[in-house]
Amino acid sequence: MTQPIWTPLSRRVAGALLATVLALSLVACNSQERDGENGEGAEVTELILASTTSTQDSGLFDELIPAFEEANPEYKLKVVAVGTGEALELGKNKDADVLLVHARSDEEAFVAEGYGVERKDVMYNDFVIVGPEADTSGVGASADAAAAMKAISGGAAPFFSRGDDSGTNKKELKLWEVASVDPAGAVWYEQTGQGMGDTLKVASEKQGYTMTDRATFLNMRDALDVVVVFEGDPELFNQYGVIPVTDAVNQNGAQAFADWIVSDEGQKVIAEYGVETFGEPLFTPNAE
Amino acid sequence: MSIYVDSLREGFSLLASGGLDVWNIVLTSLRVSVTAVLISLVLGIPAGYMLGSRRSFGRHAGLVLANAGMGLPPVVVGLAVAMTLSRRGPLGEFGLLYSRPAMVIAQVIISIPLIAAVTAAAVSSVPRELRMQARSLGASHLQEAVLTVREARMGLVAAVAAGFGAIISEVGAVMMVGGNLQGETRVMTTAIVQYSRMGRYGAALALGVVLLSMIIVVNIALTGMQTSGERWERG
Repeated sequence: MTQPIWTPLSRRVAGALLATVLALSLVACNSQERDGENGEGAEVTELILASTTSTQDSGLFDELIPAFEEANPEYKLKVVAVGTGEALELGKNKDADVLLVHARSDEEAFVAEGYGVERKDVMYNDFVIVGPEADTSGVGASADAAAAMKAISGGAAPFFSRGDDSGTNKKELKLWEVASVDPAGAVWYEQTGQGMGDTLKVASEKQGYTMTDRATFLNMRDALDVVVVFEGDPELFNQYGVIPVTDAVNQNGAQAFADWIVSDEGQKVIAEYGVETFGEPLFTPNAE
Repeated sequence: MSIYVDSLREGFSLLASGGLDVWNIVLTSLRVSVTAVLISLVLGIPAGYMLGSRRSFGRHAGLVLANAGMGLPPVVVGLAVAMTLSRRGPLGEFGLLYSRPAMVIAQVIISIPLIAAVTAAAVSSVPRELRMQARSLGASHLQEAVLTVREARMGLVAAVAAGFGAIISEVGAVMMVGGNLQGETRVMTTAIVQYSRMGRYGAALALGVVLLSMIIVVNIALTGMQTSGERWERG
């Protein structure tokens, strides 16, 4: 110990630095209040939208948020992307003001139990089955979605399920049911417990199959070594609904968002999203 | 308060019913993290000894590196390891991404600086006179090292506790390189993230309690080793 690194002076300097950092972070946290004012002096309230990771991964919110905030400058829209299960839970706990999810029967139950004001159809997208370029299990030749799932269950390559109780996961489980296959416990059936983007990465790395929404796949295509092997069966369509939460912290904002997204203006943003980047729209608006 | 009580009650009934596949998850956690700690000890203790016993410019730079390495963001380690092991990465041909070895690699990288830095601190607190005396009595460099490390063993126990605690409770890196595959790479921390994403707070909280208990048990064992060592020293 001939050369102590911590001299009394340096210790004091370090202490002062640490105190400064702590003080600054306290100040920074305090300034992040939920309500503020926009440039025109009107009050801006924060609006929390709970949605799913697959919607977030699709990139739709990058268009939707600015368009909504431009039409409704009194609200600041924040998106929390979680699984459908947690999104509904966030709504029940009033941690979110409005939900945009895709698990119809759960959504209807949510409103029926009094947690949501109403549920309205917003748009749909479709799911595709992706797999290795070589299509090891011969899924591409299938006549319908059920046959495709049957081909996968041959087990020539693994199938990666999200296994996270999400809307996408529920859709996948329904397809197995339609195909009369019970994948639980099969060696070729693996569960990631993660979002769509991560599950696609696992399927790509391990050269297996998975079912994904088209939007997430197109967004990530360049980073993946899997291709679409089956698509187009109406069984693979995926309906989205919007639900303002009952007695939400920002009730007016929740209603404003729900009304806006089913309006002509909101529906137009949805119809146009993806055309420029992918040459085709990713979602089909179908609000009534 | 009822959110905690309800979740805990639900969690423990899940644990009791065996519905969570919890032992498989706990065993995977232990297998991966114990393997990683053992590898880190083999590499980190000699490195820490060098850093704690020699005086040179290299030593100072090494200490700075080790201390900075203690603050290495695990998520950055995860990103780097994932990119390296990816099919498109330099080590892609081994197909290691989303496997247990990938998790061990990430955890070793996270824990080596910790173990080296704590070992260095323990070794540098061993009286210099002791080592000089050993040398003057004809001890070789290796014998001197063994003697010093034996004298510093309390600190080494702290190094093990720090390293193990850091990696068994880490989530970002193991999620990125392990993939949370059920029955394969799903460990306690990634399962907690998954259950909370699914809104299953009960299951998440129950696993959290199991994880905390394990860290406490390991620390009781290690502290026991430290204090029994002290008793042994007093004779």
